[in-house]
Amino acid sequence: MSVYLGNNEPGELKTRLYIAIGIAISLFFLLAIRLWFLQIFKSGEFRELSENNRIRLVRETAPRGLIIDRTGKIIVENRPVFHLAIIPEDVKNWSNIKKALPSIVNITEDDIETKVSQAKRRPLFQAIKLKDDLTWEEIARIETSRLDMPGIVLTIEPRRTYPFGSAAAHTIGYLGEIDERQIKKLKKAKYMPGDFIGKYGIEYQLEKYLRGSGGGRQIEVDAVGRGIKLLKKITPAQGYNIHLTIDMETQLAANTAMKDKVGAVIAMDPQSGKILAALSTPSFDPNYFAAGIDKEKWNNLIANPFRVMETKTIQGQYPPASTFKLITAAAALEDKLITPSTKIYAGESFWFGNKEFRDWKAGGHGIIDVHRAIVESSDTFFYQVGLKIGIDRLAYYAKGFGLGRKTGINLINEQSGLVPSSKWKKDTYGTKWYEGETISVSVGQGYVTTTPIQMLNAYAAIANGGKLYLPQLINMVETQTGEVIWRFTRQEIGMIPVSPFNLKILQDALKGVVNEAGGTGWVARIAGIEVAGKTGTAQVIRLKQNTPRKKPKDTPYEHRDHAWFVGFAPVENPEIAVAVIVEHGGFGAEAAAPVAREVIKAYLKSRLQPETIGHKPKEVIKDSEQDIQNTATAEELAANEIND
Amino acid sequence: MKSMIDRRLLGHFDWSIFSLTILLSIIGIINIYSATMIGGSGNLYKKQLIWFLIGFGFMTAITFINYIHLERFAYPIYILSIFLLLLTLLFGRTTSGATRWLNLGFISFQPSEFAKLAVIIILAKYFNTIKMPLKGLSIKGLIWPSILVFAPFILIAKQPDMGTALIVFFIFVSIVIFAKVRVRILVGIILASLPLIPMAWRFLKDYQKARLMSFLDPALDPLGTGYHILQSKIAIGSGGFWGNGFTHGTQGQLRFLPEHHTDFIFSILAEEWGFIGSLTVIALYFSLILLGLNIAQNAKDRLGAFLAFGVSAMLLWHTAINIGMVTGMLPVVVVPLPFMSYGGSFLLTAMIGAGILANVSMRRFIF
Repeated sequence: MSVYLGNNEPGELKTRLYIAIGIAISLFFLLAIRLWFLQIFKSGEFRELSENNRIRLVRETAPRGLIIDRTGKIIVENRPVFHLAIIPEDVKNWSNIKKALPSIVNITEDDIETKVSQAKRRPLFQAIKLKDDLTWEEIARIETSRLDMPGIVLTIEPRRTYPFGSAAAHTIGYLGEIDERQIKKLKKAKYMPGDFIGKYGIEYQLEKYLRGSGGGRQIEVDAVGRGIKLLKKITPAQGYNIHLTIDMETQLAANTAMKDKVGAVIAMDPQSGKILAALSTPSFDPNYFAAGIDKEKWNNLIANPFRVMETKTIQGQYPPASTFKLITAAAALEDKLITPSTKIYAGESFWFGNKEFRDWKAGGHGIIDVHRAIVESSDTFFYQVGLKIGIDRLAYYAKGFGLGRKTGINLINEQSGLVPSSKWKKDTYGTKWYEGETISVSVGQGYVTTTPIQMLNAYAAIANGGKLYLPQLINMVETQTGEVIWRFTRQEIGMIPVSPFNLKILQDALKGVVNEAGGTGWVARIAGIEVAGKTGTAQVIRLKQNTPRKKPKDTPYEHRDHAWFVGFAPVENPEIAVAVIVEHGGFGAEAAAPVAREVIKAYLKSRLQPETIGHKPKEVIKDSEQDIQNTATAEELAANEIND
Repeated sequence: MKSMIDRRLLGHFDWSIFSLTILLSIIGIINIYSATMIGGSGNLYKKQLIWFLIGFGFMTAITFINYIHLERFAYPIYILSIFLLLLTLLFGRTTSGATRWLNLGFISFQPSEFAKLAVIIILAKYFNTIKMPLKGLSIKGLIWPSILVFAPFILIAKQPDMGTALIVFFIFVSIVIFAKVRVRILVGIILASLPLIPMAWRFLKDYQKARLMSFLDPALDPLGTGYHILQSKIAIGSGGFWGNGFTHGTQGQLRFLPEHHTDFIFSILAEEWGFIGSLTVIALYFSLILLGLNIAQNAKDRLGAFLAFGVSAMLLWHTAINIGMVTGMLPVVVVPLPFMSYGGSFLLTAMIGAGILANVSMRRFIF
């Protein structure tokens, strides 16, 4: 107390005390305002942020629907795989993770960095996949050190598997990681980066059915990313099962028969348009794509000279060659230029102007009617008939058989082939049509090209009495509970312009090709099953004048002819139609017909007789199509190629 | 000492300071309980309770020791405090880069907390002793108090504990201005220190710079330095008007909030008790500080006025900076909230401070 008396009054301090009180009041006022702002004014916003913080949605991809063949065989399914993933929001120590991870799994620092930076637009707390399909050893190593690396998680995912590998790859298609463009395009479907999506084939076409609806778990988590409790679980709903019209045994038979051959096989139920088998070779293994294909593998597929990624059944455009003669015959019969009994001299060669068009058969066929002309696949017969029909009528009939336009099968990139006409040539080249070109087209060479599926459909129509059906691959789309979402219905897309009377002539002729003496398709014979069909040998390059046509084995691969066989069986009430093309296979009878035979055998195996080999009647041995000589000059033929 | 307590003194016993102190401490313990319920530190509230009981003993004792004795022992207290700070620098326990703890074997504490009280007492003594010029302090008059404060300030800043150093500095500035500084000098000092700001920037550690930067733009790095501020704001904001209820604040419970039982205890309170709860607590602090300033105003002598003012200023800056920080108005400066933040040293310091207030209050009518 001693000091106090000698000094200033405390009252002197009052002014500044009032200032201090004023400061205290304003500071607390500010705090109160701030609290009001955060807790009342912005409360909703922060509540939402709090929920986001607290509740993590762990997405679970739905297993895709199964793909099943017509007999119930599962041809595409799913298996569980584990991934290493990272949730950047939870990472506490990046450098630690970048150091520690490469020592326990096969991953580099760069991998981690690029993966994370690539997933910029990912929603908060969505895991980024770092490494795919871990081995059990890797899983164990990560599990033991995971708590030291907050942010690192293991995710489990169903992985698409294709037990039959490459057997039906082009039809079934493959998956791929969705790209930014697709995510934007399919905004409503809510895809996320890293999702897999059908990229080709059925996987692509029926994506919306196969995908299923993703689920997830709402998990309350703490700041280290550890789940504290499960709030809600939405079980992912597996996609719908797709029942194909494909018959896997027939498909596999086609695979076996086409082993080491380049080309396509496509088979159909001629009574409905159901595709029974569709093979394009060489094929690829869609399992590679299920995990995201690496660049090197993809480049190898792309660079393959045999066009692995082309679906030759619907994209390959080939000269139909002799398989086209049926259409020329139909045109001539329908236009009444010939009758079934009209006989024409079909010699060794046919002269038009000063040009010689040769038959494939040395010595020719003599005087024959249309039936024998088809059976023996005479060229000179159809040269003469074709000239009488004229290109525009021929084009009319070709189009009537469904050529020159897409069949409309539910697969992408189908090609339409080409049916030339005088108008087409005027529009395309600005020049008039030459009759010499008609001669080529009448035997399926020259400008005319078709896809295997077009020829198949045309022959199926001959088989079933004239109806062109839409080729279809799907029997049924069915939910996991067995509810049928979609069911196959036959769809007629046209009638071939052939009367029943003439159709019978064509059918008999095709039966004769395989079964009569002198028929070119005898290789396709099956004991117990009557097969009908037509061979074709499509010339790939124009032969030089007067050079004899060599045997396939003496010709460089890329100069060898394409081999065709298109047919159906049984002749009465046909159940299967099949088209086979073997690129650079040589003669149709030798390369393609055996394939068709095996396919038919596989599909109709219940009717097989014990002895099933197509036996060779002796008298036909020398009748294989060979030694044709093409004497037309290059100029005369313009871009045309001629053959048997 | 008990003999000094007479009936008259008891009649003036400041119940309101005691009630507010006890109330805030208990609210603190309740929130520490909630904050640490999940995780391995579930008994922290018990420790705090023990510290509170010890603090209560100190507070009562301080209340009844005439504050005149504080003046008498001002230098010994001050020198002891500097000595402890030196010991801390030399032998202190280092946790996460800072050496703040002194371990005496049976107990460890933070000398920097008690240094605040030492600074208040030494400045109160100084300004009580000197003959104040009428116009206020000149530069010359500022030299000695500056030296007195600079010693603990630099020792604390060296630990480093920028929050406490800042509080010491604020206490100094408050008391000096309270004592009266010539206006010209004040303006001059402020103008002269402006160019020092960029220089000070260079002395800051990287994490301190980052804190300042993320305060200016929390979205800059929402999961790095901005994390604390953002998470705290989310906690407070999501509490809304009524709060999520006791132990139901997910931000704190799920450990999105770091340091939730120490520096961010207010966020836990605000999340669980809502605007109602946080406003109530703010009102309690406000009352306590106004009471403190009122005690300073009504003190019977300059010494009492300076002591009460110094303690009030300490509580005000602590409260304002802490709540300002957790609500995102200020950068992250680690300053605990008086009475509520977990930590024995500061609880003790704050309660001794409250004891000083009660002491001065009780003696205002006694001559």
